[in-house]
Amino acid sequence: MWVADEQQRAMLDTVRRLCDRDIRPYVQEMDEKAEFRREIFNRFGELGLTGILIPEEYGGLELGYSTSTLVLAEIASVSAAYAVSIMVHWLCAAAITTFGTEDQKQEYLPRLASGELMGAWSLTEPNAGSDAASLRTAAAHQDDGYILNGTKSFISNGGAADVYVAFTRTSADRYSGITAFIIEKGWPGVSFGKKENKMGIRACDTRSMIFEDCYVPTSKRLHEEGQGFRVAMTMMDAGRINNAALTLGIAQGAMREAVKYAQEREQFGKKIGDFQGVQFMLADIKVGVETTAAIVARAAYKKDHGLPVTADASVAKMYSADVAMRAAENAVQIHGGYGYMKEYPVEQFFRDAKIFQITEGTNQIQRVIIAKRMLQGEV
Amino acid sequence: MQIAVCLKQTFDTEAKIKLTGDGQIDSAGVNLIINPYDEFAVEEALRLKEKLGGEVVVVSVGPAQVQESVRQALAMGADRAVLVSDPAVAPSDHSQVAAVLAKVLQSEPFDLILSGWVAIDDNAAQVPARLAEKLNLPQVNMAVKIEIGGGKATVTREAEGATEIVEVPLPAIITAQKGLNEPRYPSLKGIMQAKKKELKLLTAADLGAELGASQVKILQYSLPPARQAGKKIEGEPVDSARELARLLREEAKVI
Repeated sequence: MWVADEQQRAMLDTVRRLCDRDIRPYVQEMDEKAEFRREIFNRFGELGLTGILIPEEYGGLELGYSTSTLVLAEIASVSAAYAVSIMVHWLCAAAITTFGTEDQKQEYLPRLASGELMGAWSLTEPNAGSDAASLRTAAAHQDDGYILNGTKSFISNGGAADVYVAFTRTSADRYSGITAFIIEKGWPGVSFGKKENKMGIRACDTRSMIFEDCYVPTSKRLHEEGQGFRVAMTMMDAGRINNAALTLGIAQGAMREAVKYAQEREQFGKKIGDFQGVQFMLADIKVGVETTAAIVARAAYKKDHGLPVTADASVAKMYSADVAMRAAENAVQIHGGYGYMKEYPVEQFFRDAKIFQITEGTNQIQRVIIAKRMLQGEV
Repeated sequence: MQIAVCLKQTFDTEAKIKLTGDGQIDSAGVNLIINPYDEFAVEEALRLKEKLGGEVVVVSVGPAQVQESVRQALAMGADRAVLVSDPAVAPSDHSQVAAVLAKVLQSEPFDLILSGWVAIDDNAAQVPARLAEKLNLPQVNMAVKIEIGGGKATVTREAEGATEIVEVPLPAIITAQKGLNEPRYPSLKGIMQAKKKELKLLTAADLGAELGASQVKILQYSLPPARQAGKKIEGEPVDSARELARLLREEAKVI
């Protein structure tokens, strides 16, 4: 992808080389076995990718979303699963950066920046998906802290991550009854369910997270009691921009494979790329990739400059996920029967792409957000 | 320990080489990288520095675009760089390139000079030997292991399918072979820091290098001939096996 800035180009070159050496050769195997390898995440840490959004004073690089989106797309063009893994880690770190106390930042951010600790985001529940405010995991006052009981579901990096930002209910009030906590793996009363057997992004662990009389001291509460919904909503913009970048990466990966195959495969005595039917599909993929890249770059720029970005983030997230799905579908189509086989990476792109029309707010929810913003005057 | 690393920018190993109408290499759109053997040399220099202290200085010759590769070496951890960028120096003339590099390397004291043993573009393996001659230094080629101590380098080198262990006094020129190490990738922080490191741009005249007229002129490049189609031997197994044996003996002359 064309990147104007020389420093960003050099960074992407490093990321590309890492992915080519340490991820690409094992992508199919890790997908098949649904195997997350921490050593790959550790490699992200060695290069500094884990701390890309964390302030410099806490050991990060503070490069902002303009760079994080490029890095994420680059990783996702090889493995969407590992891109999800680091994206969720960033979200956890960003929430602590934005809402944490000084003590919490000192305790967690330097180790999240280095990749020594891996982060995750624990919001969804069996009955609280798109309707996040209906969550029920209970946090009751006890001594100088809280006792947590309940189950979170579909937690990306679940069980693999060391630190979780988890959302609980401290009162019946729908919105102001939600409170966020920083939870560590290994605490008494914290456990994880079986690894979910997913259609795609299989190398990223997804598990339920179970609280059984889990005592959490008040010092681990993230922001004020009752402010949890605000914490979640504030982080959504950033989450959606990164999500859009991730799916852009899937589309780029699909595009790369489709072009390669169209140049190699021969039928009727010529390269299939010489047929207009294939050319049309290639061009459609390219147009999707380029428009998404522009939308993501603009949303990232706005986010980095503190401008309102909620509608942009939703446009980017929704559009990019649809583009990735279509790009992967076209790439499989160009590959014909081989595209249906696991030997070719497009089969995995196709399965990986689907979840992003669902997660981080379904594409239908995004349309609702966009329309509401428009009707409120943000045209 | 002051270590200099000579590096060359080359085409990416994955690049598909195309020629222009007049038989010159078409470099449009080709990704440029540090010559992989030189990258081993950079990595080795950094490891020695981490162990023994000192400074790693990257030295290169070539057009302005070489800065990007030099910056990459700085991002890996080299301390500073000198790039001689001068249209008067013909990159294909190894004598000129060595003359310029020699001037840079004479301008300050170095304990060790490292480079790759060959560049993957022209495969000439000329510059390190010429440099050793001009600087009157011992040279060890194709190192797969380097140990430094007591003013000497103990080098394990590849030699005709075997390995040979050589001891040389420092300063010396040692060239890297594949297997010497696995080069690190520049970290994001390294890339950010590299921007602030010194990259000195010089011309041949700044160095007082006497170039003279280039003694090498590339007349024309040509691509290797396309691979010929294979031969299919038809018929009954007994006959085709006999025919295969005959062809291997009489045509291919391999048995």
